[in-house]
Amino acid sequence: MNESLVQTTGLTVRYGETLVLEGVDFRIARGEIVTIVGPNGSGKSTLLRALLGGVGPSAGRIEKMPGLRIGYVPQRLVLDPTLPMSVTRFLGLPRRVTARAAEEALDRAGVPGTGTRQMSALSGGQFQRVLLARALLEKPDLLILDEAAAGLDQPGAGAFYRRIAAVRAETGCAVLMVSHDLHVVMSASDRVICLNGHICCEGAPEVVAEAPVYRALFGEGTQGALALYRHHHDHHHHRGQDAAE
Amino acid sequence: MILDDFMVRAALAGVGTALAAAPLGCFVVWRRMAYFGDATAHAAILGVALSLALSLPVFAGALVVALVMATVVTILTGRGYAMDTLLGVMAHSALAFGLVGVSFLTNVRIDIMAYLFGDILAVSRADLAVIWGGAAVVLALVAWRWSALLTATLNPDLARAAGIQPKREQLVLTLALAVVVAVAIKVVGVLLITAMLIIPAATARPFSRTPEAMAAIASGVAMLSAWGGLRASYMLDTPTGPTIVCVVAVLFCLSTLISGTRRRA
Repeated sequence: MNESLVQTTGLTVRYGETLVLEGVDFRIARGEIVTIVGPNGSGKSTLLRALLGGVGPSAGRIEKMPGLRIGYVPQRLVLDPTLPMSVTRFLGLPRRVTARAAEEALDRAGVPGTGTRQMSALSGGQFQRVLLARALLEKPDLLILDEAAAGLDQPGAGAFYRRIAAVRAETGCAVLMVSHDLHVVMSASDRVICLNGHICCEGAPEVVAEAPVYRALFGEGTQGALALYRHHHDHHHHRGQDAAE
Repeated sequence: MILDDFMVRAALAGVGTALAAAPLGCFVVWRRMAYFGDATAHAAILGVALSLALSLPVFAGALVVALVMATVVTILTGRGYAMDTLLGVMAHSALAFGLVGVSFLTNVRIDIMAYLFGDILAVSRADLAVIWGGAAVVLALVAWRWSALLTATLNPDLARAAGIQPKREQLVLTLALAVVVAVAIKVVGVLLITAMLIIPAATARPFSRTPEAMAAIASGVAMLSAWGGLRASYMLDTPTGPTIVCVVAVLFCLSTLISGTRRRA
């Protein structure tokens, strides 16, 4: 169970002269939920892109388990208005799925009956759920989410992350998230990595939230929010939901 | 034999070009590569000049120069100049050098207009073979890479996560574009090739709910325009290439009007 899906050793990435990541040793094991937090410009998205193969390392190594299946949920997806795309067709990219599989995926994602709608007609919350449904249809070993709940309101984001925890429980896939919603995300994680060009600290959410480097980066306030969230996380507010729902 | 009739050959040439250009044109529209198409097409006139100077088939020269142009632009993009500046410089330079080059060829009597605006009525059997061969290559390429191309068009990272290399897909499109340009020179000419790529796709957009539907409708629109333009130019005694583009432009206006009315209703 402790097999590494992805592992980096001394990963260093430069954009021209700018050093974005330096000496990052990272690994994620099967079934683990890992969250990367860090201020703007700390290299969070660059780390994800390096793992996906979008930027090459200037130094260090990236090793992936052979045959690793990755499901990716981008921060946002801008559809060119000239590109018509129904929800069902989108779910079948790049590999076609049956109409039934698409329908089931939408049910599970909490957006039933949207299959015939255009992607551009979905609300922000529905859109993110369809992105997640598509990633899950790939039957991933590793689910990568780049600030996937950034556009959602608090109850929406809470529901989104509960759904991800449920997906992990159902399928046993590992989850790697990048997020600003510290208090929401951290409590759902097995391990939190605090990144600022290099790994500042890592460990269980409580440990990281107490760590001096983390507090120096994010201030004291988030620790209180974390406690608040844990207290309230099992009830659901209906106000402030997306208008189209 | 039926191919002895120049009108039949012209119709087949037009339909072949339309079939190749329309699905590829959808990607040109989705990826906002219109200017890229223009640049590749303009560069082809340099290829024509070189072919005539070296007594090579025009198709081969145009294809090679279009390929070189597309590759150079792809490599240079993101190295200091904006894409449209780079394309503007290269497209018009290539066109100008091509036109100047042709003027030196005193021993060849050629009508450069035939390459700028096409000369579909002069299509020979050999041309027809080249056009349909090229169209088959482009259609096969686009059909084979369809899903990967579409995913890479949506989002490069999404494509990478699924094991698709967006750079390679870009190259496939570039290659297909160069072939379409070379194929379409005889039919609509280098100045109007982009029209045959973009206008059918834009006409199809309001009536499409999936990318596949848009490509299919665009193909229909392009073929209808090729045939209709040919008939109209025969009846009105007008230049055929421009007439084909006029027909597709009218269809685009109709499509825009209809979709506008539907939205208001």
